[in-house]
Formats: sequence, structure tokens, C-alpha cells
Amino acid sequence: MDKRNLDILVGLFVVMGALAVAFLALKAANLASLSFDSTYRVTARFDNVGGLKIRAPVKSAGVTVGRIASITFDDKNFQGVATLEIDRHYKFPADTSAKILTTGLLGDQYVALEPGADDKDLQPYDSIKITQSAVVLENLIGQLLYSKAAEGGKRKEGGK
Amino acid sequence: MNAVADLLAALGARALRLLWSLGHASLFFWELVRFTPAALRRFDLSVVQIYAIGNLSLVIIITSGAAVGGVLGLQAYYALDRYGAAEQVGLLVALSLLRELGPVLTALLFAGRAGTSLTAEIGLMKAGEQLAAMEMMAVDPRGRVLAPRFVAGIVSVPLLSAIFSAVGVAGAKLIGIDSAAFWSQMQDGVDVFKDVGNGMVKTVVFGVATTFVALYTGYESDATPEGVAQATTRTVVISSVAVLVLDFLLTSLMFSTRP
Repeated sequence: MDKRNLDILVGLFVVMGALAVAFLALKAANLASLSFDSTYRVTARFDNVGGLKIRAPVKSAGVTVGRIASITFDDKNFQGVATLEIDRHYKFPADTSAKILTTGLLGDQYVALEPGADDKDLQPYDSIKITQSAVVLENLIGQLLYSKAAEGGKRKEGGK
Repeated sequence: MNAVADLLAALGARALRLLWSLGHASLFFWELVRFTPAALRRFDLSVVQIYAIGNLSLVIIITSGAAVGGVLGLQAYYALDRYGAAEQVGLLVALSLLRELGPVLTALLFAGRAGTSLTAEIGLMKAGEQLAAMEMMAVDPRGRVLAPRFVAGIVSVPLLSAIFSAVGVAGAKLIGIDSAAFWSQMQDGVDVFKDVGNGMVKTVVFGVATTFVALYTGYESDATPEGVAQATTRTVVISSVAVLVLDFLLTSLMFSTRP
């Protein structure tokens, strides 16, 4: 095989590899939608963040409008502080409330924003005042068992 | 008493041999690295080798990638569909391919397809005294023969691995999951730097390891037909074990502290 053909074939191989990397970065990992400047950050304090994870979606009316940028612990108020990165195109009233919900019964947790009625908009680095914590399934089950037990005890007393 | 001393002596000799071969291999590695800039200056030597070990490995890499992606997608679908999470198939396949299967399987296939041919070629060159003839002409065979192959391996393995993962993802797509959910779930969960980037780092490490093992065993093979045969076998065994051990170490470094 002459040298030129060889060079062309190796060049094709390298181009194929580069295309594969581009495909993985753009199509599988969505590099194109990674944006560093088109979001603004607000914080929300929760008594319990439950299983919320970094990069979990922030949704309003079921539509994803942003992501969780970080979750830290505030050791003054003993609360979890979630930083929300919201798409700059979406404005929310200043009295918007945030709650942690779960997709499906056992799915991943996300933050739902419910817009308030304030005339002013939520500004970057504002904090969301009204929040509702994650529902911890174990606590719910505990409460259920406790109330069942109490009910059962009452019935026993009634039967006597 | 004598038996115990014999045992101890055998153990000591074995330990010393192991240490010696480790030291010898690392010296050889540094020699290769030292010759790499020269090999890069004469890149046409490497291009021939990239064709031999990269281009000619494409068929097996693409076939295996498509098969692994398709099978992984199918099995993930059966399991995830029970929990109504069939749309997560794309994410599962992409993460397994990018982080583990793509780099590791590519390196194993590369060791079998290209590493063996490197070892056999160099072993036969040594057996035919071609390497000795080069030394007679004051040409260092490590610079002229080994370094271009080393460069070619380091270039080829990451490219092959990227092709493997891309074909695998496409293969998983073929099993017929809803297209929008497949891609959106994948894009939600796959991070460019953490997953794609770390995967590429792995493939570079594996490329260095498999090519180095192939070259070293070939260069150190006994100059007999049996010696070349044993060296070829050793290439596959040592590279495979090295890749699996390195993969475990790299995975525990890269992916263990993630939330």
C-alpha cells in the first residue's frame, strides 16, 4: 500500500474517533446545553432535604426550569441549604415557595417551585422564604404504625 | 532443618526475581518514554503502526461494541421494565459503557487483537537477530522499532474506546425504546467531565499499559519459537490482569466519592 493511501486511512480512523468523542460529549452527555452564564442562583432552606441530590431538577408546574447546584448544611439553624440554579429566561415572584417532592412513589426527589403573587421578582442570591421539607417515608410509616397501635389499644379497651 | 533452609532460599530467590523483573520493567518503561519525543518527530513511523493496530482493530471493536450495547440495553430493559423505569435504559447503558465497559473491553480486545501481534512481531525480530543487527548499525531498536509502536498504541486505544462506547450507545438505541426518553434520561445523568472525561483518562492509562506489556514481553522473549509463543500468551494474560487491576484502582479513585 502506498504511503498516501495509508495516511488517508489513518486519517479516517482518527476522524472516526473524534466523531465518536463528539457524539458522546454532545448527544450522550449533552455538552451543548451546559450553560455557565444563563442561570441565576437562589437559595432555599429546608428542615430536611431528604434524598435530594446535586443536579436534581427544579420544576415549576412540572416543567424543568433549573437544577440543584449544591446542598450544604447550615450549623447555625441546623437546616439544609439547597442552591437552585434557575434558567435566566424564567422569572418567579419574590414570594415563591419551594417544596421537595418525589417523582412517582419511590423515584428521585426534585424541588417544585410554586409561584406566589408578589409584584417583585426573585433576584439572584435571594433566598426562598416559604419551604416545605422532603417527606421521609420512614417517619410516615412510623406515624402510621403508631396511630394504628393507638387505635388497636383503644379498641381493646373498648372491648373490655 | 535443611528442608526449611531450602524452602526459605526458594522463597527468597523468587522474591528477588520478582523485584528484579519489576525494576527491569520500569527501567524499560523509562527508556520507552525517553524515546517517545524522537518517535513523535518521525511520526510517519507511528502512522504505519496506527494503521496496523488501530485501523485493523476497527472491525472487532465496532462489532463487539454494538453487541455489548445491544445486549446490555436488552437485559436492562427486562429488569427495569418491571419497575416501570424502562426509560432509564439509556442512562444505564451510557454510564456503564462510558465509565467501565468501553475502556475495559476495548483494552482487553486490543490486548488480544493488537498486543499479541506486537509481541509476536518483536519476538520474531529478536529471534531473527534483526534487533541485534540494528544495534550493530548503532541504531537503538527501542527508538526505531518500539517507540513508534508505543506511540501508536497510546493514540489508538482511546480512539477505539470512544468508537466502542459510541457504537454501544447506538446499539442500545436499536432495541427500540422511545427515542426522546432514551436521550433525555441519558443527558440528565451523564456528566461530560466526570463520566466522559474520566472514561477517556482510563482509556489513555489502559493504552499505555497494554502497549507497554506487549512491547516488553516481546522484547524480553526467548529467541526461540517456544519463547515467542510463551511471550504472546504472557502478553494477553498480563495485559488483561493489568487492565482489570488498574480499572479497579481508577474506578475507586474517580467514582467513589460521588454523591
